[in-house]
Order: sequence, then structure tokens, then C-alpha cells
Amino acid sequence: MANDTKRVKGDILLEIKGLKIDGKSDDQWKPIIKGIDLTLRRGEVLGLIGESGAGKSTLGLAAMAFARPGCRITAGTIVFDGMDLTAADEAQKRGLRGSRIAYVAQSAAASFNPAHRILEQTIETAITHNIMPREKAETDARDLYKRLQLPNPDTIGTRFPHQVSGGQLQRAMTAMSMSCRPDLIIFDEPTTALDVTTQVEVLAAMRNIVEQFNTAAIYITHDLAVVAQMAHRIMVLRYGNLVEEAPTREMLKQPTQDYTKSLWAVRKLEKPESPNSDIVLSINHVDASYGGKVKVLDDVSVQVPRGRTVAVVGESGSGKSTLARAITGLLPISAGDISFNGKKLSRALIDRDRDTLRRIQMIYQSADTALNPRQRVRDIIGRPLEFYLGLKGADRDRKVVSLLESIELDETYIDRFPSELSGGQKQRVSIARALAAEPELIICDEVTSALDQIVQEEILKLLMKLQKDTNVTYLFITHDIATVRAISDEIVVMHKGKVVQQGLKSKVLNPPYPAYTELLLSSVPEMDPDWLTNLLKKRAKA
Amino acid sequence: MTTAPTPLRVIKARRTYYENVVRTLKTAPISAWFGMIVILIYAIFAIFAPWLAPHDQSEIIGKAYQPAGEACWLGCDQIGRDMYSRLIYGARNTIGIALITTLISFMVGGSLGVLAALQRGWLDQGISRVVDAFLAIPVLIFALMMLAVVGKSIVNLVIILALLDSTRVFRLARAVALNSVVMDYVESAKLRGEKMSWIVFKEVVPNILPPLITEFGLRFCFVFLTIAALSFLGVGVQPPTADWGSMVADSKTLINFPVTTFPYIPAPFYPAGAIALLTVAVNFVVDWFLQRTSGLRDGE
Repeated sequence: MANDTKRVKGDILLEIKGLKIDGKSDDQWKPIIKGIDLTLRRGEVLGLIGESGAGKSTLGLAAMAFARPGCRITAGTIVFDGMDLTAADEAQKRGLRGSRIAYVAQSAAASFNPAHRILEQTIETAITHNIMPREKAETDARDLYKRLQLPNPDTIGTRFPHQVSGGQLQRAMTAMSMSCRPDLIIFDEPTTALDVTTQVEVLAAMRNIVEQFNTAAIYITHDLAVVAQMAHRIMVLRYGNLVEEAPTREMLKQPTQDYTKSLWAVRKLEKPESPNSDIVLSINHVDASYGGKVKVLDDVSVQVPRGRTVAVVGESGSGKSTLARAITGLLPISAGDISFNGKKLSRALIDRDRDTLRRIQMIYQSADTALNPRQRVRDIIGRPLEFYLGLKGADRDRKVVSLLESIELDETYIDRFPSELSGGQKQRVSIARALAAEPELIICDEVTSALDQIVQEEILKLLMKLQKDTNVTYLFITHDIATVRAISDEIVVMHKGKVVQQGLKSKVLNPPYPAYTELLLSSVPEMDPDWLTNLLKKRAKA
Repeated sequence: MTTAPTPLRVIKARRTYYENVVRTLKTAPISAWFGMIVILIYAIFAIFAPWLAPHDQSEIIGKAYQPAGEACWLGCDQIGRDMYSRLIYGARNTIGIALITTLISFMVGGSLGVLAALQRGWLDQGISRVVDAFLAIPVLIFALMMLAVVGKSIVNLVIILALLDSTRVFRLARAVALNSVVMDYVESAKLRGEKMSWIVFKEVVPNILPPLITEFGLRFCFVFLTIAALSFLGVGVQPPTADWGSMVADSKTLINFPVTTFPYIPAPFYPAGAIALLTVAVNFVVDWFLQRTSGLRDGE
């Protein structure tokens, strides 16, 4: 980033002043953005960070003078290259969008039309805006694919979106946004849905192309380490207000506001490991497959010590969630055996008795789908009490209240529906539901991935506290290394259905590494703004 | 647990059920209000028919086709029974039968649909193909045929129509349940070891209720019309039981006669109008409910 100074001193491209946006909920207009100023110069990359609900996406879209349905811009001006967009009519704004201001969404898979080929969609904007003729646009798209380091840049455009991987599709979307050589690109969480190893490639490709064309960009994310690699300047948002704004390096070195500091602190949580030789769950040479064809688990052996946390890490498709399904019996295994407390578990769920079911509980990634939206907290937590322990009426309610207290919610929550809870509260209720069964083993499947960083930290602390109190064992499935570092005693690394490595945290996270573990660990973004640059140099050498 | 039980404080819901209902009703459009009021009036007449009707449904009080007058203000039918009283009893019979039929078809079709969605595999395939076969045959013709085979009686009518209608309900219930059965809360209930009946009625059904209730309203209208049609054809509700469909059939000859007395409306129009008005009213209410639960708003 040698040309930082040049970038920060370029012409002003976008200037937002006193912007206020209201959103409609329950037939009332409530402020989402409460008066924000923003300046962006040509070639500059601005990072917007904050928790969900901070208004970062709304602000990002407002840069193209677009308000989502149910939102309206109530005050302020948005001046793009000397033109006031709040005063412009729809036709003028449409002329800018796609051609001079482009947008890259979080889920490329949801943004591409599955019925058309990638190349068609890449050049669509360039053709509809009459920027270049078709042949030229096609050649240009291939050139962009090459610059974004997509494999087979000459032929990849003839494929359909489902025929390429998620990371490739995200890069194709970046190519699409670049097809008109816009002055400004808005990246809205473009790598959030990707695995860490893929994320590195996509980040490098995006940074590279933005630099090559001297494009200004707004990079929206909740991941500090990612924004540190991409942005020259960072704005921290909360509840629609600006908390702090500073050049990246300055912000990372010494954040001034308490809220920013608390964001930084999350990554420092770390539990000391402690070994235990009393094995509660023993998985031996297990195979499993869907439909009997492709082996999703291939000779997997994992030992889980009692009262400890074993983290299972791997990319999507590594078989870590399938391992959970095999243990619970949802997916009967085809070879090997699983012992729980020294006794062999029946392969299928249906053959297990109620007491065995009680001892193994599960918590899901998305509490939105794990809690029945039509049941109140009282029934969600109360059902296992009634089902396993035979508690009824006032006894049951009393126990529900004491469980609510153990997850740090008070008894007023007992009559709420899940939709009346925040994301973190919902996840707490899921935890309470699992605890209600008084289990020995809880399988946590990506339980913190859908949460904001601060909430993540609270949930992890709660889980650790509960472990201390009840000596429950966790099998913690995650792709996030920071979470692993925070909570685990032992780590299992999985790749393509096989166990690459199992061992104590200190052993797995320190060299010597097996090749895959090294790739995985080195791909985890760090807060150092030079991390990506150095990593790419190192990988180029090797 | 040896600790003394902590006293349980009564926790008040922030809004009572009653308050919620009132809040919702306040937002209802005029069409929905019209529909609800009409349905309410019909319901009152149906429930309190013996007290509201001046005569019994089979009581002969005048001459055949006696014009409207003091004794019978809507006139008499072909054998001298009071049209007004029969209209009131007709509400009870026609609506009652249609309601029971629709309820049975929803219980059968709904639970089978959810079960098929949950189990998939051969059970789903089996039921779905049988249902497909049933759906290929027009309801009215099939019902006529079946009634000819098993004989004309109200019980047979209800069973046959409920069976035929449950195939439609099955398709809808299965389709909406498919979205719900893949949710983690269903998996969580399976992992807990819950019985199938719990999963169907406690986990899945509450989540697919809005489209099912809407469908209930519409299906009720269809069943109601089918019963009226069958009665008109003479195979539905049998005399002397009053029924709007057969009343239209019985007085249909009057439609050709010059109308001489007040209010100058030919006799068949009373039962026919009663059928039409109820159908429209139910549709208004269902439309409003559908719009509310599907989250559709104006201009979106």
C-alpha cells in the first residue's frame, strides 16, 4: 500500500452529508441511519464495520441513492461526482447504477440468475448501458476473469452459476461489477459466506483489481481482520450513528472509543486447555455416506474426553456436520462404531432409548430455524423437562425459570415467542433447551457463526461457565479459528471427510503442522493490515 | 432438588389474546367486515333455527305455491310449506353439512399431507399417486357416481364429499409442510425422541396453519356449492329436510311465472341468493386473512 497518500488525497468522488434514513416496522417509521457524513476520494477504499442492525448495508446502498423497500431517505444530501443524487430522478439514478456505481452482494449464488450463463450476466450491464459492443465486452470479461485469477478464464463464462464454486462465483460477480469500469464499487460482506481458504483468494483478487483500476470502494463487513486488509480508512457504525473514523493503521493501533475497543477485545478470549483421559464419546473408524455413493465420512476416529471441549474444524464440505448427524443417529453410519460411556450406540436414531437420547443434545447454528416460531419460551424449554424428566405444571415452570436464570435471562422472557427475542437471546434459549435434558454431551454445530462478534463472545463465555457448573462435554463444530482458540481443549481438523489431525489445542495450533492444517491456519485473517500482503508473498515463494 | 421451591411470580403477557384480536379487527377492511357480519347472521340463523323460524321445515301451512302474504311472507313452496321457515332451516342443514364435510376432509387430508411430507419415501409416493388419480376425475361426476352406488343419505354424502375434498387438502398440506419439515426444530423434536403425532400436530401444523385456514374457507365454499348442486340434481339432501339446493330445484318452475306480488322476486332467487351471498362473504374474509398472513401490503 505504497500509494496510500496519493489515494487519500485524490479528488472527492462521493460526499454524503447529514444522511438520515427511516425504516418501516410495525407500520411505524423508525430511524435506521441517524445523520451520517461520509467522504470518499477516488481510488480510496473505505471500510464500514459494525454489528448487524448498525445500518452499514443501508448506508452502502444509500451511496447509490437506493433505499430498500420499506426504507426512505428523509434528510441529507448524497453528492456523487458533483451530482446530487437525492435530487436526481429515477432515470438519472438508473443510468449511474451498474455503470458508474456497482454493487457486490454477500451471496453471489443468490444474486446470479441460475438460468443464464455467467458470461451473459457479466456483460449484461455493459451492453444495456451501451458502453461497449458485445464482442468487446466479451473479450473484456475474459480479461477480467484472468485478472481475478479464475481458472480457465476463456471458458469459465460458458458455465452456469451452479457449475462453479462459491468463491469463483463471488469473483465472477466482482468481474460483473467491474465490467463498466465503475468509479465506485460497494462490497457488501462479499466474503462472509466463504471458507477461510477461499476467502484469501477472493480478497486478494478483489484488492488487486480495485488497485489496478484505481476504483473507489466501500467495503462493508463485520470482520475486523478482513477490513484491515482491504480498507485505507475505517468507519465504525453502531445503531445508525458513527462511532469512530480513522485511517486503518491508526484505528487498529489505538481505537479511541470504548465500543471500538470492545470489538477489538473479542478476539482475545482464550480458555486454558486441560487434558482428561476419561473418554465419554469414542468414535472408531466410522464411514458414512448419503445415498450409499460418495463417502462423506471416511474412516473417522475421534475421542472426546468428559467435561472438555473438542472443536471440530474444517471447511464446508469437510464432513464436520455429517459427523454430528452420525453421532446423533440422524444419518446411520455404514461402518465402524460409536461408543458413548463405554456402551455402543445403536446406529439409527429410532433404535435408541429415551435415556440415551437425553444424554446427547444438540444446538444448531441458526436459532431462527431451531426454535419453533409458534411456541413460547415456556414450551420450548419446558418440553424436554416434561418429556425426559416428567415435570409438569408449576414444577416445570419453576425449572424453566431457573434455566432462564442460568442462561442470564430473567423470568419475564418465559411468555415470549422466538420472534420477540434478539439473535443472541434466541441462541441462549436453544442452549437452555439442550441443558434442560441434563445431558452429558452437547453437540454445538456452528452455534456462534450467525452472531455478531460481541454476542459471540457472550455466548462462548456462557458455554464455558455452564461447562464449569455442570461438567458437560462439548463437541464444538466450527470453521472459525478464533472460536476454536477461545473455547477448545482439543482440536480435530477435518478435510474431505477425513481426520487430518487430533490433539490438544497447544499441539494443533503450533508447528509442526500437517500440510492442510498449515493452509487452514495461515488463511485465517489477522488484524495486521500487512497480513494479506505478506501471506501472498510467502505463498508465491513456496 | 432439596432446595425450597421458589415462589413463582405471575408473569403477565404484554398483550392479552383479547387485545390482540381487537387490534387485528381494527385493521380489517370494509369487505372483510361485511363478510364477517354476513357469516355471523347466517350462523345465528343456523344455530337458532327452531326458535327463529315461525313454522317447522316440513309443516304444511298453506296451498301449493301460495303467494307471499300475511301468513307466509315469502310465499309457500310446491306443497304449501313456508318458504321463509325452510330458508332458515336450510341454513342449518346446508351450512352444517358443508362444515362437517370440510372439517373431516381437513383432518384426513391435512394429517396425511403433513405425514407424507415428514416421512417422504414410499408412504409419500403411495398416497400422492392415489391422490393424483382421484384428482383426475371431476368431483361432481365422481360424487354422483358414488352416491348412485352407495345410496342417497346425508351420511354417505358427507363421507364421499369429505373423501374427495381431502385429496385437494392433502396436496396443499403436503406442499406447505415440506417447507416446515426441513427446519431444525423438527429435527430437534426427532432427536428428542418425540412420537410422530407430536411432531405433526405440535411442531409442523401450527406453522402451516395460516394457508390451511385460508384454504378451509375456500374449500368450505366449494363443498357448500357442490352440496347445493347435488341437491339441485336430486341426489343430495333428501326431502323433507330443507336445503337451499333442493329448494331452488323445487321452485325452479316459478322462474317462468309472471311475478304478481311484492317484493316481485321469483321464489328460486331466495335460496339461490342465500347460497351466493354466503359464498361471497366467506371469500371476502378469506381474502383479508390471506393478505394479512402472507404479509402482502399495498404496493409491494
